[in-house]
Amino acid sequence: MNRRSLLKGAMGLGAAGAAGFPHIWIKSADMAYAAGGEIKIGILYSLTGTTAIIETSLNHATLMAIDEINAAGGVHGKKLVPVVEDPESDPATFAQKARKLVLSDRCVSVFGSYTSASRKAVLPVFEKYNNLYWYPTLYEGRECSQNVIYTGAVPNQQQKEFVPWLVKNFGKRFYLIGSNYIYPKEENNVCKILLKQLGGEVVGEEYVPLGHSEFSSVIQKFQDTKPNVIFSTVVGDSVVALHRQYKAAGLDPAKMPMASLTTSEEEIAAMGGEFAAGHFTSAPYFMSYDSPENKKFVESYQKRWGADKVTNFVSEPAYFQVHLFAKAAAKLGASDLHPAEIRKAAWGETVQAPEGLVKIDPDNSHTYLWPKIGEAQANGQFKIIEQSKEWVKPLPYWAYEGEVCTPTGMMEKKS
Amino acid sequence: MTDLANQIITGLSIASILLLVSLGLAIIYGVMGVINLAHGDFLMLGAYAVWLMESALGLGFLPCLVMVFFIVGAIGWLVERTLIRHLYGRPLDTILATWGIGIILQQAIRLSAGAQLRYVKMPDYLVNPLHLLGLDISAYRLLIFSVTIVLVAVTYILIFHTSFGIRLRAVMQNAEIARCFGINNARIYSLTFAYGAGLAGLAGALVSPLKSVSPDMGTNYVVDAFLVVVSGGVQSLFGTVASAGIIGELSGGFAYFWNDTLARALLFFLVVVLIRFRPQGIFAMPLRRG
Repeated sequence: MNRRSLLKGAMGLGAAGAAGFPHIWIKSADMAYAAGGEIKIGILYSLTGTTAIIETSLNHATLMAIDEINAAGGVHGKKLVPVVEDPESDPATFAQKARKLVLSDRCVSVFGSYTSASRKAVLPVFEKYNNLYWYPTLYEGRECSQNVIYTGAVPNQQQKEFVPWLVKNFGKRFYLIGSNYIYPKEENNVCKILLKQLGGEVVGEEYVPLGHSEFSSVIQKFQDTKPNVIFSTVVGDSVVALHRQYKAAGLDPAKMPMASLTTSEEEIAAMGGEFAAGHFTSAPYFMSYDSPENKKFVESYQKRWGADKVTNFVSEPAYFQVHLFAKAAAKLGASDLHPAEIRKAAWGETVQAPEGLVKIDPDNSHTYLWPKIGEAQANGQFKIIEQSKEWVKPLPYWAYEGEVCTPTGMMEKKS
Repeated sequence: MTDLANQIITGLSIASILLLVSLGLAIIYGVMGVINLAHGDFLMLGAYAVWLMESALGLGFLPCLVMVFFIVGAIGWLVERTLIRHLYGRPLDTILATWGIGIILQQAIRLSAGAQLRYVKMPDYLVNPLHLLGLDISAYRLLIFSVTIVLVAVTYILIFHTSFGIRLRAVMQNAEIARCFGINNARIYSLTFAYGAGLAGLAGALVSPLKSVSPDMGTNYVVDAFLVVVSGGVQSLFGTVASAGIIGELSGGFAYFWNDTLARALLFFLVVVLIRFRPQGIFAMPLRRG
């Protein structure tokens, strides 16, 4: 290679580099968010690794919502272009991919995360670059970021009606079983507060390692303590193992039902309906809910991704939050399309979701939802036996007296 | 009294699953000295094979078990023939190679069968518990227990009472001298590896209706299996059986008095201490190595 061809090559590389990273050359950052007739948004759900099982369904629901919005003409006539990344169920990779989506791809918002660990891992990225993260999962609350819109349920929305209902129907003695991480512990804190108010009693509280699948000791403790209700926040494949071994040990859901915040249609499909039948779950959404929006949601989901696929209480928010995003973005002028503006526009925004009309709470960027109680059936679906008469306001700091989430950050009231 | 009986049964049922998942590893690791990190993924293949045969072909659970043994055994044989046999005597390389195989198998399943949990049906007649001696005993766990005993017996007979077993033990003790006596080492190795893989597949198939089926299910089991094999003493079938029993009862007991998280940590701690002071395991067989 002589010097001339080397120079030519270097020039070529430089040109390719410039084409590959156009934002380097664009001075006004705001221009880039809606450049060239398209609006880029990031999709950050794991397609491989431990939580890929559930996160793939979130990815699917999100892509479907994007297609619907584009088919209806997009936002301001611009198409939403999803940039899909696979963070491999690893919090460090989540942070790295989030940085890529925010900095190199210049996405105006990113939709992602299932676990709290991965959300906490990407938070610094979104706060540093003042971008916006849309988080669909029900979670333990106690967070108040300026750069996240939370569309899943928080403890007060899942438990405030559920626990009194359980006490009324089954009794006051609860056994709390969960996986060993922050979500079950925070949910159980809330449950204990509610039980105390109702004069209930916790006869056992136990946490098993994530991915645990040997429940014989736990089941023996159920048999010894004879609780009225087994309050379960076990997650992932452990849910399947627990239900199967519960039935194989001869326990009866009519006398000692499991009341869960985490068992969805997805887990039931994997364990077999006969093992889930008679147990209860509290969530804002069930696949069997009867509404025109849900009928359409389930139909198009199965048409697009396979007739054996189920929708669940995480994939539903993953779906409707994209519509909320589009409605918020449509309120802004094309040149105002900026994460901070979208956040403001999203406050108070509503959409007719499959579960009912939902609204983003301007007080704390969480979402007004419709809690329901479902009883699992042998056919793998839930029979909805209770549903709230009105939407329930999200209170992410419900269990912590004197702490409130406000639009400008967490406030501690001096009391 | 009932409590104690219940506790012992709980321990036994944990132990039988431990033994079931570690038997294949004990054979491959003990006999061939190959540290097979893909063991958990052979297990996973077994679970998926049962799922596929049940859902696509509509076969019953018990006939599936027999076929799974041969299917996963054949895959094991293929892996040994194409890869492992080039790596004998290079333990570090086999660790890396089998780990790689594990990843390939996992991703192959993820791409072909999907990432979601799969459903393997428990046979109807085994769902409800049996009443024995005033205790409720899970019928399915009883099946696992019996199959495990049968498999240990078959393995014992295979190693100590067949001509294949004699040749196998000869190769174990000194491969070079065994070859001088006309024993086809390569054939012994590939059959042994296939047998171990087949056992792993069978284990995966058997636990699948009680636990769950996902592409990365093997990871937990491979850890358990190594725990049992290492603390029992490599190369000792009796050691593996005994250590599965001890670990099962201990983890059941710890979990009963405290909880499962602590039980697991305590167990790992005990095994680390054990290996520090008795690296050959509790029941090591005195053996001359070639």
